Amino acid sequence: MATQLATHIVTFQLNGRPHAVTVAPLTTLRTALREDLHLHATKAGCGQGGCGSCTVLLDNELVLSCLVPVTLVDGRSVTTLEGIGGPGRLHPLQEAFHDHFAAQCGYCTAGMIMAAKWLLDRNPNPTRAEIQMALAGNLCRCTGYVPIIEAIEDAARRMSKGVKR
Amino acid sequence: MKQLGIVGQSVKRSDGIGHVTGQTEYVDDVFYPGMLWLKMVRSPVSRGRIRRVDTSRAERLPGVTAVVTAKDVPNNWYTILCLIGIEPNDEPVLADEEVMYEGEPICAVVAETEDIAREAASLVKLEIDEQEPVLDVEYALTADAPAIKKWGNNTFMYDGMNHRRLRFGDVDRGFEEADHIVEGTYQMTPIEHVPMETHVCVVKPEPNGRLTIHSNTQALYFTMDNTAIILKVPSNRLRLVGGTVGGGFGGKVDVITEPVTSIAAMKTGRPVKWRWTREEEFRRSSVRGACKMEYRDGVMKDGRIVARKVRSIHDAGAYHRHSPYGVQKNMANLPGPYSIPNVWVDCYCVYTNRQPSSAMRGFAVTEATFAVEVQMDKIASVIGMDPWEIRMVNAYRNGHMRPVRKVVEDATLLETLKAAAQLVGHELPARVRDMHSDDYAGVAEPVQP
Ligand code: FES
Ligand code: FES
Repeated sequence: MATQLATHIVTFQLNGRPHAVTVAPLTTLRTALREDLHLHATKAGCGQGGCGSCTVLLDNELVLSCLVPVTLVDGRSVTTLEGIGGPGRLHPLQEAFHDHFAAQCGYCTAGMIMAAKWLLDRNPNPTRAEIQMALAGNLCRCTGYVPIIEAIEDAARRMSKGVKR
Repeated sequence: MKQLGIVGQSVKRSDGIGHVTGQTEYVDDVFYPGMLWLKMVRSPVSRGRIRRVDTSRAERLPGVTAVVTAKDVPNNWYTILCLIGIEPNDEPVLADEEVMYEGEPICAVVAETEDIAREAASLVKLEIDEQEPVLDVEYALTADAPAIKKWGNNTFMYDGMNHRRLRFGDVDRGFEEADHIVEGTYQMTPIEHVPMETHVCVVKPEPNGRLTIHSNTQALYFTMDNTAIILKVPSNRLRLVGGTVGGGFGGKVDVITEPVTSIAAMKTGRPVKWRWTREEEFRRSSVRGACKMEYRDGVMKDGRIVARKVRSIHDAGAYHRHSPYGVQKNMANLPGPYSIPNVWVDCYCVYTNRQPSSAMRGFAVTEATFAVEVQMDKIASVIGMDPWEIRMVNAYRNGHMRPVRKVVEDATLLETLKAAAQLVGHELPARVRDMHSDDYAGVAEPVQP
């Protein structure tokens, strides 16, 4: 069925504010974010759950937004990279990623930071192994991962010292 | 004196804030009102002759706005490296007579949504007479293999020869003199770049007759030139917007999305986006080509290599792209950074009915380095010598003539090896400990002062 009609209205909290989209039933959360709401931080590396570039938080749990039909999000709360900080008001994770050159081409970065945020929200002082586990669903082809892991370690230190948030 | 502020400093990336906040605009983040979507119909077989392409059902699907076939391409040839003599042209932008690999583009379907374009692509009916594919490089070089290239064989022709040659000194005499003969065969599989961002292109026709092309190419001017040649328009008709690439590694050097997307935009008068799926990126984009290198070295008891003979075979896949150039680089690097008086190299750039191989991070040089250095270790173990020593004994010095007839300048191999040995705490044998790049004791004299 090529011409799916946009018949469903979905309302949800997005980065702390109410939003609504009118979509075809099988539209994914990722497509709704990128192509209906035009929040482009969340990336589309594969569309089949393999790369993690579309990672967002749904009710503070990590999900691959390319695998979540947006209709399931009705009444729930979604956080994307745009929701945790922006230019001039960087989240400590964003600062640390910038300082440690943890974003090279930048295509995996949104997913990496969201996975790291999920981890630090639960475990403010993770070991290296715990960081590696938390990133197990996120691929990066540029950095070799080490700068990313170091950035997350540094962000954890900054946050425990109470630097912002 | 003014203090220089950059050298030795760690400078933040200018695009870093954009990357960490998600504000960097990649090509897939470009959306225009009224934008159409393109999907490609690709060959289901590895080799065959196209009898018929029936697009009628696809065209009747509501929401389909255009179909682009070979007939719509003003100059239906990729001409990637024609400026450095990689000819004759062998790769059509859209296949019309024959298909040479599974996944080769045949016709594009343009529609109001990506879903409709995908469905319409599945409605295009292809009638192709399948032919025996050539899938193995060694087989491709035999007389039994069908010739898949119009010029009658399965190799790129270098100055009329089916391989690229390097001849230096007299290898036969070198092998006669040698105390040991050491042989080794080294192979690499194809490697896919897997950038996290797949190929994406957006083209918008402007009211002034120009086309704005958003491209994630790694080579903007390359893309402009080649697209202009294919569209048969002056390059000032094309405005390229690029520079932000979500990973390339050489895989985004071939001009592979812009021409067809541009034709679709010209045909419909509307902006068009073509983005590849992950499957297309893996199975249809170019790869680092498979490569096999066979070494035969004549070595003296004291470690000096006096003869080196190499045969190297590259799988270019179905078309040139960057492979004939890569093979040339492979040829130049197969002797390694060593002074060997007698060298013989034969490199074959072989065509098969596989997805084309092309550029990737030092393509064909990395392969040569891998083979040379594993071979050096093998020589060291055969003659019972420290692997650092064997390299230093043979290292080229300033003024040495390389087999490609280029005189070595600014040699740093010995200095680098000494520094590396120190860093890893390896004690170098006394014989090589003080060697340096202007020291000719026991090696050839420089050819020029
Ligand atoms: S786009 Fe969702 S995991 Fe790759
Ligand atoms: S920075 Fe390029 S994929 Fe991670």
